[in-house]
Amino acid sequence: MTDRTAPTGRTALPDATAPSRARRRGVAGWVDVRGRRLGGWAFILNRVTGLGVLFYLYLHLLVLSQLAIGPGAWDSLLKNWFLNPVFLVLDVVLLAGLLIHGLNGIRVSLVGFGLVVSRQKALLGAFGTIGAIVLLIGTLMFISHGG
Amino acid sequence: MSDTVTFRVHRFKHGDAASHHDSFEFEPGPRSTVLDALTAIRRTQDPTLTLRHSCFHASCGTCGMKVNGQEVLACVTNVRELGTGEVTVDPLGNAPLVNDLVVDMGPFYARLNAVERPLVRESELVTGARTASGIPQPLRYEDCIECGICISACPIAATDPEYLGPAALAAADRVREEPRGGDVPFVLGLADAPHGAWRCHVAFECSEACPSNEAPASHIMQLRRSLIGRRWRALLAQPVGAGR
Ligand code: HEM
Ligand code: SF4
Ligand code: FES
Repeated sequence: MTDRTAPTGRTALPDATAPSRARRRGVAGWVDVRGRRLGGWAFILNRVTGLGVLFYLYLHLLVLSQLAIGPGAWDSLLKNWFLNPVFLVLDVVLLAGLLIHGLNGIRVSLVGFGLVVSRQKALLGAFGTIGAIVLLIGTLMFISHGG
Repeated sequence: MSDTVTFRVHRFKHGDAASHHDSFEFEPGPRSTVLDALTAIRRTQDPTLTLRHSCFHASCGTCGMKVNGQEVLACVTNVRELGTGEVTVDPLGNAPLVNDLVVDMGPFYARLNAVERPLVRESELVTGARTASGIPQPLRYEDCIECGICISACPIAATDPEYLGPAALAAADRVREEPRGGDVPFVLGLADAPHGAWRCHVAFECSEACPSNEAPASHIMQLRRSLIGRRWRALLAQPVGAGR
């Protein structure tokens, strides 16, 4: 057997670790939306919402830890903070983030395993529509319960 | 209203500390392309402007660049249809910069060579085409014109210099579909790697940007599907208790 890694008549891959003038934009390349299309936006939003929801998870645990202090601490948190309209808006943002990340995650999983590839745009549109409808219903529920 | 369009063109010469944009005025006709504009600018305004081009008809793949932030072939991009009074022209991204609008295509070509893709399709010979006597039967080439637009549009290539990239992965999938003497297990081995087909995050920017109907993202997904099948088969072929 010939050594597959040695270039015997084959072109070896360039040394990717060599310092280059590659002008890779690094992390800026992920979040730069200029010129990007729908799938590019989905990628960026998935990343941002994934990190956002992760941040929220820790925040959530921190808030829940107030329960350990006692009912007084919890009740005052509720009264002074969470019934505030600002938090109502944040609830909508959280729901939007979860919907974007979850639905896009299902899309990425399906398409990424080679399923629904030829209809991937329609899938994105369908999930977008489902997400918008659920977000609308959720927002109305937040308003009716929080008011 | 003047029909003159201002071209803001990326400039960089060897030894420059940083790149900048120079502005040039150009009056496009109804069918002027960005490449027409740039070659006219070079001819009449600044002979030091460097760019790559050859065929002027979307075949050679040398004139890929970013026009108003999006990757296009300059030779088939109509200036008027852009609809902007100012047109910004930049070199392709995710490739080493050489000069003005020229990037080093070497690493990109090396990846295409690594997957040892044959250039002529067997499945779609142009059998219906009529040829004059003495002229051989026309051949059907692969769709990819090796322009590098896909890797410039890819958000993953922005942070992973080792990523094989859309064009090479699409080419690998073409080898899988039609080996034509290629070493399929070797090529699939290159693709079945962290910086291969699994690196993609399904943004589909490559397929959107590709000017030549190659649909590299769909090829990456097909490739993954067959790689999953390959892994299953390898797993099932293992004798019970092996690997312990
Ligand atoms: C609703 C169910 C969820 C689904 C279906 C889902 C699915 C996914 C998928 C498929 C990816 C990979 C995306 C890619 O390849 O670009 C991903 C990335 C990620 N997810 Fe989730 N996820 C869910 C919930 C969550 C939650 C609750 C969190 C945070 C606590 C989270 C945090 C992240 C992060 C940080 C990433 C990495 C982002 C990136 O690589 O761009 N996900 N998720
Ligand atoms: S796959 Fe498309 S965008 Fe990429 S190099 Fe080939 S023709 Fe250009
Ligand atoms: S000049 Fe050949 S593709 Fe544009």
